Amino acid sequence: MALLSLQGVTKSFGGLTAVKNLTFDVEAGAIISLIGPNGAGKSTVFNLITGIYMPSSGSIVFDEHAIEGLKPHSVAARGILRTFQNIRLFSHMTVLENVLVGRHARMRSAAWDCAFRTPFAQKEERSSDAAAMELLEWIGLSRFATEWARNLPYGMQRRLEIARALASEPKLLLLDEPAAGTNPAEKIGLMKLVQSIRDRGVTVLLIEHDMKLVMGISDYVHVLDYGEEIAHGKPDAVRHDQRVIEAYLGKGA
Amino acid sequence: MLNSLVTWLPFGLSRYTGRQVLFGGFIVLALLLLPIVDSNSSHVSAVADAGYILLLAFGLNIIVGYTGLLALGFAAFFAIGAYTYAFVASPQLASPAHPDGYHVSFWLMLLVSAAVAAAFGVILGAPTLRLRGDYLAIVTLGFGEIVPQLFQNLDKWTGGPDGIAAVDQPVLFNYHFGFNPTPYYYLYMAVICICLVLLANLRNSRLGRAWMAIREDELAAEHMGINTMTAKLLAFSMGAAFAGVAGVIYAAKLSTISPSGFDFNMSIMILAAIVLGGMGNLSGVLLGGSIVAMLNFLILPQASNWAHAIGASVHSTFLMNVDLTQYRFMLYGIILVLVMLFRPEGLIPSATVRAELRESMKSPEVA
Amino acid sequence: MFEIHNCAPQFIQQLINGVALGGLYALIALGYTMVYGIIELINFAHGDVYTLGSFISLSILGLIPLATISNPTVLGLIALAVIILAALLCGIIGVLIERLAYRRLRNAPRLAPLITAIGVSLILENIMQIWKGNSEVSFPQFLPDHWHQIGGVRFDDRSLMVVVVSLVCMILLNFFVFHTKLGKAMRATAQDRDAAQLMGINVNSTIAWTFFIGSALAGVAGFISGMYYGTTFFLNGYQAGLKAFTAAVLGGIGNITGAMLGGFVIGIIETMTSGCISDQWSEVAVFAILILTLVFRPSGLLGQQLPEKV
Ligand SMILES: Nc1ncnc2c1ncn2[C@@H]1O[C@H](COP(=O)(O)OP(=O)(O)OP(=O)(O)O)[C@@H](O)[C@H]1O
Ligand SMILES: [Mg+2]
Repeated sequence: MALLSLQGVTKSFGGLTAVKNLTFDVEAGAIISLIGPNGAGKSTVFNLITGIYMPSSGSIVFDEHAIEGLKPHSVAARGILRTFQNIRLFSHMTVLENVLVGRHARMRSAAWDCAFRTPFAQKEERSSDAAAMELLEWIGLSRFATEWARNLPYGMQRRLEIARALASEPKLLLLDEPAAGTNPAEKIGLMKLVQSIRDRGVTVLLIEHDMKLVMGISDYVHVLDYGEEIAHGKPDAVRHDQRVIEAYLGKGA
Repeated sequence: MLNSLVTWLPFGLSRYTGRQVLFGGFIVLALLLLPIVDSNSSHVSAVADAGYILLLAFGLNIIVGYTGLLALGFAAFFAIGAYTYAFVASPQLASPAHPDGYHVSFWLMLLVSAAVAAAFGVILGAPTLRLRGDYLAIVTLGFGEIVPQLFQNLDKWTGGPDGIAAVDQPVLFNYHFGFNPTPYYYLYMAVICICLVLLANLRNSRLGRAWMAIREDELAAEHMGINTMTAKLLAFSMGAAFAGVAGVIYAAKLSTISPSGFDFNMSIMILAAIVLGGMGNLSGVLLGGSIVAMLNFLILPQASNWAHAIGASVHSTFLMNVDLTQYRFMLYGIILVLVMLFRPEGLIPSATVRAELRESMKSPEVA
Repeated sequence: MFEIHNCAPQFIQQLINGVALGGLYALIALGYTMVYGIIELINFAHGDVYTLGSFISLSILGLIPLATISNPTVLGLIALAVIILAALLCGIIGVLIERLAYRRLRNAPRLAPLITAIGVSLILENIMQIWKGNSEVSFPQFLPDHWHQIGGVRFDDRSLMVVVVSLVCMILLNFFVFHTKLGKAMRATAQDRDAAQLMGINVNSTIAWTFFIGSALAGVAGFISGMYYGTTFFLNGYQAGLKAFTAAVLGGIGNITGAMLGGFVIGIIETMTSGCISDQWSEVAVFAILILTLVFRPSGLLGQQLPEKV
């Protein structure tokens, strides 16, 4: 049984069908990439999985439960965390606090515990602090722990967003163009990071614009164009698919 | 040495450095001595009244400062707290069965009114908290208009525009508070200290971080597994609870309440206080609340007296009759505009906020 | 305390009063809706610009020896001139407010300009308080007034004037927004500010013009409310502004036709509540409508719902 499975998922906005009858599986432990030109519907797929939108039709099953129509916070609680194409950090909170927010779903302190700082809350805060610092250490941001998130350089913000998502120990991580806007060296670093995330046991669904970038690290690739899947397969097979080349370079290329 | 002592303190105070605790303790001591040093009862009363301003500012700070929800009719919760107490602690609801009305304990009502106000926070919040920010502001403003109107119009129970008189005053171990401002002053201080500890705890907790995450980016917060609706409702009801407590003490100290004390102006005054000091920042809220309260209760009345004296000596009838307190809203307006335009983070400079953040991060595991 | 009278006999009468009041609210609501439509700001100070319109008209009228003039045509022309002057001055004040208080915050978090607008409102109110004092100020009733009777319904020239003036303003505004170049620029800017900029529209001046027109309409409303009520008061704008805003929301904020419709609905509801229940409940009724609209139909009667983009 696949970890995540989309069956005939369609989403229309008024007249525009952003995602058309999409079906694919994500096997646990893999890096699966979703590629395609601008406006192909990649981010919309993420928004459907994480519950921002309700599919117009089709079903989304995660861990053997239907999740379409769940609120984003419930989806997150079930173990799907994501990053955003345009970085959405909590800018006026520290780097450490951002990661701690990511741990929210793993923590159990109720309002009462928080207000009175009960022994339970103290214990939980201590262990969360430790876990968050360890994660920051791992991702290379620990020296910025007390810095405001918005003061980080752009590439670091990308990493912080990933750390924040990882903090809740997700089963599936959705990365929406994590390397967008970074320089070539950072891009390579981020792709290495994606691999080591998978090596931690987290399944990754990766959106990337740049085909070359994902080819080296993906186990499987799905290509979208105008909301429809035009090809899928192992990176090498997809790379040479005529329709993929056309979609990327335009017809007649 | 100092720092190691501090780690033994309860209520999360152990987060702070020895020097911070010492400084805080010094201020508390100075405030404790104030009614003894300055026995002018109108001064003590004015400083005591700063208490409810501060409590309201704390409550609004949870909603506006931490969670980023602009609630404009906040005084409605203050009114609800005050009226809840006044109903059950005065002859107001006298009936043949209870010819003297009800006289429930003040101390019990501190908690009950907080709960009632919190419940109204939920009732107002549940249908409205999904609205966009500025719509929420207007809905709460409408609520803030309706509540005093209801207290005014439902005169069969509420005493109408005259309000409720002869509200019971607190008794502690046979000590009657009466109209002497000093015990209220100490009561406010105690309540404020407790609330400050609670707020600081919340600020650095799972819930506090969820609130701030909502303020910074609601959608991202929701994707981190935060049930934003619940968190916002908690913010609304906790903020309202602070206002409820403030209402009880306010009603008891005055021993009489009327709808006019809870209008939009009150809400604005509190908003100006937290904007001035720095929204979401506890020391800022303390400072802003104190400044606004002092302006309101001490400085402007005093300045009016000076103006009258000057007017008398220079024979200016304008100065002789001027009442500066009625222009205080000009001042609040100017505060709101200037702070928003030129210093949105409030009076407490951001460097201090940063330093405070750094301090609060100090924990053995991190260092 | 709370009883419902049999108000059938005065039903039509209350309807007429409600239409007059509604015309006033509609004029004010237009300013809210235009500004919200273009920069998504609830211009809290707008209600006070309306009061300022009354105060300015009052001061201009104070300069004219009205008692010595008896020719009704001349008096009518004076009224027209005062309306235009009040509209111009209020328009300029609106533009100044935008320039000084809001423009810097155009890209700030949305709460910042809203808080600023509340501050501007307080400042304007206090300026007017210092200017004309703490109590109601009487407004000269210099136009001849006649009562008309049609069937059982009585109305006077003043109500007629309110309705006529507000309708004329709305027709002019509609023409302006839908048939002029500037109106087109406004609609484009409201749709998508960045795209409008790319198309060569001067966004700053378009926004300034929006404030000018909205505030000028408030100025007109200020004058006619003075004529209608015979008094004015420095805090009038707070309540009237909230009600007009309610009207704008009810109609669908950002929607000009909606604002007019909402204005009349709110005006009629207010007079009906006063007539059938009692004065003291009219405000509760209006604010209850505000809350209910926002909760159940935040897009208003005529607005459409826009999804949030991610
Ligand atoms: N909320 C929405 N309402 C209307 N249309 C939308 C909405 N969200 C997305 N779309 C449209 O759906 C299509 C797919 O958008 P999407 O953001 O999923 O593309 P993408 O593959 O992520 O592109 P990019 O590489 O530019 O990020 C686009 O045409 C977009 O305009
Ligand atoms: Mg995308």
